[in-house]
Amino acid sequence: MKLPAPANNYSRPPFQSWGGYPRLSAEIRPLNWTSDFPPQESTGKSMLAVGLGRSYGDSCLLDGGILLRTRGLDRLIDFDQHTGLLRCEAGVSLAEILDFAVPRGWFLPVTPGTKYVTVGGAIANDIHGKNHHVAGTFGCHVPRFELVRSDASRILCSPTQNADWFHATIGGLGLTGLITWAEVQLRPIVSRKIDYRATKFRNLNEFLDLSQASTGVEYTVAWIDCVSSGRNFTRGIFMQGSHASEPGVLAPSPKPRLSVPFTLPAVLLNHYTVSAFNTLYYHRQFTREKHAFVDYEPFFYPLDSILHWNRIYGKEGLLQFQCVLPSLDDTRGITEILRTITRSGLASFLAVIKVFGNLPSPGMMSFPRPGITLALDFPVRRQATFALLDKLGAITLEYGGSMYPAKDARMKASQFQAFYPQWQQFSRFIDPAFHSAFWQRVTTHE
Amino acid sequence: MNKTDSLPKSTLVLGATSAIAMAVLRKMAPNGTRFFLVARSQTKLEAVRMDLLTRGAANVDILVADLDDTALHPTLIDRAILALGDIQLALIAHGVLGDQQVAQANYAAAEAMIRTNFLSAVSLVTILANYFEAQRSGTLAVISSVAGDRGRKSNYVYGASKGALNIFLDGVRNRIDRSGVQVLTIRPGFVATPMTAHLPQGPLFATPDVVADGILRAIQKRSDIIYVPGFWAFIMFVIRSIPQSIFKKMNL
Repeated sequence: MKLPAPANNYSRPPFQSWGGYPRLSAEIRPLNWTSDFPPQESTGKSMLAVGLGRSYGDSCLLDGGILLRTRGLDRLIDFDQHTGLLRCEAGVSLAEILDFAVPRGWFLPVTPGTKYVTVGGAIANDIHGKNHHVAGTFGCHVPRFELVRSDASRILCSPTQNADWFHATIGGLGLTGLITWAEVQLRPIVSRKIDYRATKFRNLNEFLDLSQASTGVEYTVAWIDCVSSGRNFTRGIFMQGSHASEPGVLAPSPKPRLSVPFTLPAVLLNHYTVSAFNTLYYHRQFTREKHAFVDYEPFFYPLDSILHWNRIYGKEGLLQFQCVLPSLDDTRGITEILRTITRSGLASFLAVIKVFGNLPSPGMMSFPRPGITLALDFPVRRQATFALLDKLGAITLEYGGSMYPAKDARMKASQFQAFYPQWQQFSRFIDPAFHSAFWQRVTTHE
Repeated sequence: MNKTDSLPKSTLVLGATSAIAMAVLRKMAPNGTRFFLVARSQTKLEAVRMDLLTRGAANVDILVADLDDTALHPTLIDRAILALGDIQLALIAHGVLGDQQVAQANYAAAEAMIRTNFLSAVSLVTILANYFEAQRSGTLAVISSVAGDRGRKSNYVYGASKGALNIFLDGVRNRIDRSGVQVLTIRPGFVATPMTAHLPQGPLFATPDVVADGILRAIQKRSDIIYVPGFWAFIMFVIRSIPQSIFKKMNL
């Protein structure tokens, strides 16, 4: 007779980040109540809190430690309908906040390109969105949160209370301890609709002119063609939007119905299919300018309607690159980056470019800063992709820019330490029991 | 989407911090429902209470109790009636999965499982059935399990506790249906909850959210027995249909 394995020894698939690279295995321990942390018995293993695993690289991974899954911490705690101040547990997702808040006439103050991230993750990565130039980062709208350390001490953090912990934990990559709950200041809306305008641009200068002309618009972002060269080099579509001022429907969103059910062969995504997509996407819009009222879902979360879209990159996974370069007047750096990407022929169709504003990020280690930011995916084609990313990192460094840890799996320690010279000062705030594969990589000398 | 307007407005929940119960309550809360929640942990009950109030519950009372202690049940239900005015829905959601290996080796462990899953439910259902029968309305919803449909070597002690519960509820339904009382036996399949977190999660696992939708639909439709998700009705039909001579040789 075959006996089933003891209950706690079942093997389970390893937790993966969104890019599926690298693959590391760690024990997964779900947290369902804030009282589940710190664990009763000390194992001596490193810990790291993870939410929905939308970080692309290894900032949400541990090699051999314990990943504390925070999705069970999904309860709301308080909401003030008059001020829009929401207090909730840190595992609540932005999608759940929208389901709750939109029918009540409130919206997220800042949202990334996916709503499937948790509040804790949004704080730990001090995420940004299409309104960075007017609203700053997510952390700018978090008046207060609780940090619990592995020694069970609880630190209430705000700009005035334990301010050093507040600044270290926002953008602190989850290393300062477990965020158990947070307050988020929502912003009012009267409709689901976005007053949307899309304008084609032929090159980088036209993009910068459009950005310059739209600094008063709440949301701006552009899709940029990173595949075409010659006449079509850096063509793209500039998208701007504002919440509609006419009162309209405030119903919650329907659940997504489409999913990529299994990992596709990586060969489907090649230079030809991506070029074809880019040409079609650029010419889908016939006129130079298009104006419409669109729902917020396709405007903010075009890819969320297809669950598991990362599977189109094949089983090797994908790597994302996101940099910011400081100068708007001198476009040599960004041009060199774009030219390097175009020449490599490795770019995918998901490339976005945006001008960040001047609002300071509250996090000591926050990524966003004034300048031009570019983000795009690359399929993992081993050495070719790695060599390209090394080169892009070097150019970013040369022009005084920075790279985004949440989207990184390849940054060199020397690059990271140059991008974030404050890292040693930050490391004093790291919980002695916490660690991440990212931190291991970027703080160890090559 | 459920139309929540027609759902009960005053609800007693036993085992209110279970994942399935929380998912059900969350969907009822925006409707201005009044809740009386019972569970073992004060801090967990407080967290659920704040969540439901934030989502629009009209009032949430909590009571800390270990439901294994059946002697407490009459007072406990009196207090719920006092707090709610009347009970329109009682949801019995507490239970333990236990460890089959331990329970088959040790009677005390088997007895503890049967006490929690069956005997404490019998005590609560007895009091509540009489209350609803006298009131001549209401819904008594009890979370059982597909495991109660047939004894399998991998979890027959748990299965027996739920199977006994199913038969008991059949009888109660047969007795008080004519009084206008709904007795709903909920038989979930695998649900991804803290109770099953140690099991390997396969494609048959459903989220508590999906299960909660099924439960609310069944309350509104005044169903008797539901399998959630629905495909479990088919799976269990097949499992029940296998002749014993073959079944006893299977690894299930």
